[in-house]
Amino acid sequence: MVPIAYYLVLAAILFSIGVAAFLIKRNVVTIFMSIELMLNAVNLTFVAFAHMWHQVQGQIFVFFVMVVAAAEAAVGLAIIIAIFRTRQTLNVDQINLMKL
Amino acid sequence: MNPNVLALLPEIILTLTGVLVMVAEPCLAPTASRKPLGWLAVLGTLAAGAASWYQLAFGTISAFSGTIQVDAFSIFFQLLIAAVALVTLLGSLDFFEGNASHAGEYFALSLFAAVGMMFMACSVELLMVFIGLEISSISTYILAGFRKGQATGSESSIKYFLLGSFATAFFLYGVALAYGATGSTTISAIAQGLGASATPRMAFLALAMIIIGLGFKVSAAPFHVWTPDVYQGAPAPVVGMMSTAPKAAAFAVLLRITFSGFPEMHHRWAILMWILAALSMTIGNLGALLQKDVKRMLAYSSIAHAGYLLVAFTALPREGISAACFYTAAYAAMNVGAFAVITQVSGYSEQARSIEDFTGLALRRPLLAGTLSFFLLSLIGIPFTGGFFGKFYVFTAAMHAGHAWIAVIGLLNSGVACFYYLRLLAALYTRRSQARELAQPDHVLSHRHVSLPAEAGLTLAVAATLILGIMPGPIVALAERAGLATIPAPHLLAPPDRDQAASLWCTQHPDECNTHVDTANR
Repeated sequence: MVPIAYYLVLAAILFSIGVAAFLIKRNVVTIFMSIELMLNAVNLTFVAFAHMWHQVQGQIFVFFVMVVAAAEAAVGLAIIIAIFRTRQTLNVDQINLMKL
Repeated sequence: MNPNVLALLPEIILTLTGVLVMVAEPCLAPTASRKPLGWLAVLGTLAAGAASWYQLAFGTISAFSGTIQVDAFSIFFQLLIAAVALVTLLGSLDFFEGNASHAGEYFALSLFAAVGMMFMACSVELLMVFIGLEISSISTYILAGFRKGQATGSESSIKYFLLGSFATAFFLYGVALAYGATGSTTISAIAQGLGASATPRMAFLALAMIIIGLGFKVSAAPFHVWTPDVYQGAPAPVVGMMSTAPKAAAFAVLLRITFSGFPEMHHRWAILMWILAALSMTIGNLGALLQKDVKRMLAYSSIAHAGYLLVAFTALPREGISAACFYTAAYAAMNVGAFAVITQVSGYSEQARSIEDFTGLALRRPLLAGTLSFFLLSLIGIPFTGGFFGKFYVFTAAMHAGHAWIAVIGLLNSGVACFYYLRLLAALYTRRSQARELAQPDHVLSHRHVSLPAEAGLTLAVAATLILGIMPGPIVALAERAGLATIPAPHLLAPPDRDQAASLWCTQHPDECNTHVDTANR
């Protein structure tokens, strides 16, 4: 059997990749995808812990995270379309009307 | 009444009103005024506030298998959120008149955002907190970009959305780790599990992650980068709401999680909060000094105020929670008021942006200028305003806990803050120079008459700020009740403290004394 720690480390790595991509990537859609990666790392952590504690509670949490992520994606993609309409670009470096 | 229905009565009322507004909106003729929908939303908010007040008589209501707990603490924040929503809705009733916008959706989304925030205030299960957080966040993401044609509007929306979701992921990872460390996601069970936890380090990491996630939501430095851009680009009434109500809700959650979920680690997270508070106050105030845009300046000021509020977390539980509650109320009253004035002054198109555009406002619209000055004085913390007592309680609470230095930093910061608030205040009462008058005849400021509902909203905000400053007694009493409701019940404390805490609990909470003794014996 695969030990719990392996899952946790994998999830931590995925989460870190998500954070790094969020900070490095310049395309709005890619940034959005990196947030999804972070959420899925969280889901993996939940499932691993649910298995460790022999409870379903953690698995239920995962369903809620998925549903909310879907709602967020709907709104997020709509906002991305709105920004593309006004600016004709999805590069965050060019979405900079407001600066100090 | 069924306890489940009773516990969620305000949320149910708001949701139904929101759905009704949404359904009614397409039934109206495209050219018809959307004002009736706004009035419907106002009525719903009033009813929800009344329902919250009604719940106060029932003491602590536990519902939905212990995931929802309605007590003095949650009711305090729910009343606050309802009041903020009310002022915002009253101020924006005429905001959308005369331009082809989707005012109906605006009213519905404001109501849904309020539902989410109220949910956050009364949840004691992190899953429920997460759902409430997302209901309120998703609504405010849309509201931020409500002026669709404007490039700044959609830019502020995307920035809010990306950083908000980023923060949510951190919050969730924290919850997952807390679940791993303690085997539960209920706040009270986490507190119990901490004692037996084999991995205290992971539990602390979980708390740190949760603090990062909520730190983004309350715009505490160093997680504040989104605030100025979002506040600058979003419509003024929306900013008034999202700079106060979601912050209040996030602070409610933070208070519950830290003080009643992780009481044993108080000395460790108090240091984290100390650092966050010092950074937020300093970065907020120094950043505001450099701003020319009024909304951007108020955004930095709101970062600074989040810092003052975080000072309360370094204090001892009882005093700290009541001070934080009072400060949230005072801050909400003055900030939502300031943005309500800006809404009236600059109108839908918001061409009056910089401090220069506000020059000479007192000559044209003396009453509005006077109201704005009052809110600015309160934000500074001048006596006889809510801001003064808020700061007073927070800093006293920190001093009592032995954190004198953070109070010193806070007071120094209040001095710095005077400068930028007074700069705007001075501009209001300065005559515009002749050259400027010729170059730009006065069309930047909105000439629209302040409507009756907007006046009512402004009066409410002024009255609240004044009452909090002149006779804070009743609100302090309510805040203290709220503080007591959140302190961990005696059975969660370590044995030596237990008898003492139990006797304190019983003197302060005569009606709930028996129930807690029962749980302790079980």
